[in-house]
Amino acid sequence: MIKESLLIKNGRVVDPASRTDAVKDVFVSGGKIAAISAGIGEKASQVIDAAGCIVMPGLVDMHVHLREPGREDKENVASGTAAAAKGGVTSVLAMPNTDPPMDSVENVALFKRIIRCGAKVNVFISSAITKGRQGKEPVAFDLLKKNGVVAFSDDGASVESSEILLKALVKSREKGFLIICHSEDRNLSAGGAVNLGPVSTRLGLRGISAESEYRRVERDIALAARAKARVHIAHVSCAESVKVIAEAKKKGIKVTAETAPHYFSLTEEAVLGYDTNMKMNPPLRRREDLEAVKKGLRDGTIDVIASDHAPHTENEKEVEFNLAEFGVTGLETELSVAVTELVYGRVLDWMGLAEKMSFVPASILGIKKGDILEGRDADIVVFSPHEEWTVKRDDFASRSANSCFLGRRLKGRVRYTICSGKTIYAAE
Amino acid sequence: MIWTRKDLLGLEELNREEIELILGTADSFKEVSSREIKKVPALRGKTVVNLFYEPSTRTRVSFEIAAKRLSADVINIAAETSSVRKGETLIDTGRNIQALKADVIVLRHGFSGAAVLLARKLDISVVNAGDGWHEHPTQALLDIFTLKEKLGRIEGLRVCIVGDIAHSRVARSNIWGLTRLGAKVTVCAPKILIPPGIEQTGVDVSCDIEEALSKVDAVNVLRMQFERDARDAFPREIDYFRKFGITRERLKKTGRDIIVMHPGPLNRGIEIASDVADGGSSVILEQVTNGIAVRMAVLFLVSQAHDKRISAD
Repeated sequence: MIKESLLIKNGRVVDPASRTDAVKDVFVSGGKIAAISAGIGEKASQVIDAAGCIVMPGLVDMHVHLREPGREDKENVASGTAAAAKGGVTSVLAMPNTDPPMDSVENVALFKRIIRCGAKVNVFISSAITKGRQGKEPVAFDLLKKNGVVAFSDDGASVESSEILLKALVKSREKGFLIICHSEDRNLSAGGAVNLGPVSTRLGLRGISAESEYRRVERDIALAARAKARVHIAHVSCAESVKVIAEAKKKGIKVTAETAPHYFSLTEEAVLGYDTNMKMNPPLRRREDLEAVKKGLRDGTIDVIASDHAPHTENEKEVEFNLAEFGVTGLETELSVAVTELVYGRVLDWMGLAEKMSFVPASILGIKKGDILEGRDADIVVFSPHEEWTVKRDDFASRSANSCFLGRRLKGRVRYTICSGKTIYAAE
Repeated sequence: MIWTRKDLLGLEELNREEIELILGTADSFKEVSSREIKKVPALRGKTVVNLFYEPSTRTRVSFEIAAKRLSADVINIAAETSSVRKGETLIDTGRNIQALKADVIVLRHGFSGAAVLLARKLDISVVNAGDGWHEHPTQALLDIFTLKEKLGRIEGLRVCIVGDIAHSRVARSNIWGLTRLGAKVTVCAPKILIPPGIEQTGVDVSCDIEEALSKVDAVNVLRMQFERDARDAFPREIDYFRKFGITRERLKKTGRDIIVMHPGPLNRGIEIASDVADGGSSVILEQVTNGIAVRMAVLFLVSQAHDKRISAD
């Protein structure tokens, strides 16, 4: 029997690691990339004709809520990673706000067993910074890191105590792990449902100010500078945050930042009509903020695009706006939204897209992913850049359909997703 | 002009003709309340459900009387006593009322957007009787109806709305209704009670009540709710009256007759002086009377539109 092998023919290979942007064949054998060159003649057990398609490293989404353990009604590892596969995502960083939360070696061990049984893509584990994400007692960073945790975040909450966060950052430098900050000052944002401004005024909803985000971004960066540690800022949504991060980078502070597709494609206006699928935290902001996020992506201030995939059941969304959960799904739409808004919108080229969605998040997390290099794991997405499709409620692989892009026509459709050499998704 | 909406959710979505149609219909219903037998059969055989998630006496009673004068059957549900306490969702409660073959739900709710949500999920009519800080369309319609009755027009009138603009659904609905009919609106409040971007609705903003009064034909005095959420900064009662209270002296200083309105219930000596509330410029009780005609008009128009939609199917 021949070794399982795959030949991806005639695709435009875009790989930031090798600065490749050329039509080539990619030969995959034993789950690894065996050769990248023009006109590979090897026989393979599977051949993909990728003519006219982009062949990119599989996406590395560093902000994903898989909900398992604890909220399997919203999503589980199997459905969440199937959604990832459908969206061209081959590696995810699972956020720790599960039930029980990822804050101990025992819970991480439980999660690893779940991943082993059900995951279709690579699932990397993040732990909380503090026990129960309560902002009080730090977790056992060292031990958790030894058990495979690649980053620490109290995602969904900011570590309120500057002292505790500073200590965690100092430790992160000493021991070489990554702290991710959900930068939100709850004293300013509590009770808010939409961006503070004309829209919150029209809808009669309590607003979430830009200050509640960027003041906390400022603090988190200041603490990182003090600790001489690196820090990653999650889901940047407003112009002021982009500015704060740009200035910090100029000073040489080791900060990286991510944004989500909805922040460069939708504004607060989308909430008029009280559509709870437009409710997320941070909220959709003004047109100026959207433009600032795009500019930040172009000039390198924002390093990463991540989905902040946050599935919720219909029951949790079909309620009064104030009562609806924050968050939207994103794994299945992120690539196409980025292609539509950023590549066709002339913000990024294909190389830039591969950097923000694959190569850079992998290097921030320190994982050997996000590239198409000989000898590395064959995690690849093949997509047709021109093909259009419409986001439909019934088409999601995720258990939840709380997408802010329902009904949208998008460009760029995933044809194949390959993870460790296996085709885990193929479009019909 | 034909009314086509099955619901009345707010005045923001209405055009000038629609608002004028409600006011005109209210005008013809007003006379019913002065008859010896205060009833017309317009909604005979229809069922109106007042679904109130917030305590309210005046709005609820006004809707009940309006429905009864149209010969509808009226059921009142107060959320405290209903299955809401057992955790039923708003949509489920609405669907049950629809399954009971009610024709109109009059909804009062503490959360903004509740009426929009319910209307989207139900086939029967929904009338918004106040949702959070969002809208209270029938209150604004009766304010506008009263103004028009007193001054003969709305176009070109100058109206000041004073009070807690940030948290007021009455203010929002008045702003939409008045500006759509061509009135010039000034909102007046302490800075912390002016919501951001309010000027984008087409109003002027003032933090000086005397300056604001100097240029208007009417003032709508909002009820100050000092018992509200501790999260919000709020002036002290006594400071508020001193700086923004509507007093005889302040009105006199303008040298003109300014009509004084108030949606009730009154906080005498807090937002309005007693002698003003009871004085000759006050139309506060006429507003209450007009509320019935306006609500009769709204109930009539939405159920007629709903019936037409059914027969067209």
